[in-house]
Amino acid sequence: MRVLVVIAAVGLLALGGGASAATPNAADLESELVCPVCETTLDQSNAPIAQRMKAFIRARIAAGDSEQEIKDALVAQFGPEVLAKPPAGGFGLLAWLLPLAALGGGAVAVAVLIRKWSRRRPPSEPEEESLDPQIERLVDDELARFDA
Amino acid sequence: MASRTRLVAQGVAIGLVALLFVLLAWSLLHDKGGDLAKRANRGDRPSAPDFTLERLDEHRQLTLSSLRGKAVVLNVWASWCIPCKDEAPYLEQLWRSQRGRGLVVLGLDAKDFRADARRFAGRYDLTFPLVYDGPGNTIGDYGVTGFPETFVLDRDGRVVQAFAGAVNGEDERVRLRSAIESAVSS
Repeated sequence: MRVLVVIAAVGLLALGGGASAATPNAADLESELVCPVCETTLDQSNAPIAQRMKAFIRARIAAGDSEQEIKDALVAQFGPEVLAKPPAGGFGLLAWLLPLAALGGGAVAVAVLIRKWSRRRPPSEPEEESLDPQIERLVDDELARFDA
Repeated sequence: MASRTRLVAQGVAIGLVALLFVLLAWSLLHDKGGDLAKRANRGDRPSAPDFTLERLDEHRQLTLSSLRGKAVVLNVWASWCIPCKDEAPYLEQLWRSQRGRGLVVLGLDAKDFRADARRFAGRYDLTFPLVYDGPGNTIGDYGVTGFPETFVLDRDGRVVQAFAGAVNGEDERVRLRSAIESAVSS
């Protein structure tokens, strides 16, 4: 039963993804594309070229283009710099992998340091010095005399 | 052992800082376009960065250095740029009147839709050569920060004068004509 629920959920998610790919949302695209003049995302820009790009996106959506087709058309005009997120392939893959590698390296360094510090022995407490038996006897005698 | 690890860590840290300084120095030294206009307007005549771009109106390429031997008015424009609309007819007039003297007006359309640029060229009846640089990779070498900008190159491909903004006022046009005279007679 649980398996069926999981399969149904995955199916629904897949359908949802398919629907969004078929009918791209202009607002989503505007947040994923960069104005080549002001270098902010289109939704943050009112530059003339950004307005022209927004009109282009709406026209292509109305013409039935997919999100990827619209992005490809804009990359063909303005280059890959027009994408807010670098492509997850080729040289763009480095932009995704380097922060992960830095994060992993940092985590390993912290783990090594913690391990190293926890292995350090605590400073040994000074041992109680035992008194010389003769002195101890004298002290005992004095204490006995004091008690008396 | 612990002191050796510490030494290695310190070495790595110093190395990283040194690498950052090297990168900073490299980026400063390779900022070719940043002072091109300043150097030109000081009279230094720096070499214009070469480029090869596709023609806007045909599937052929044009290399700037292939125009050596001619004076060049290189105009960086875009169809969405409002001052470019006022400037375009004047540049066309310059091209028609001065081409016989060895002057080429070359339009470099950047950060623009190719179709929009073609419509712009048709609307203003531009007949001088136009090249297209959609991503605008070329204009960084010229230090272009706004549209339009114009560079006058002499027959050896050196920048005689640079104009930031449209050459629409009478003062700018007098300066442009004077720079063209200097470039053509070089």
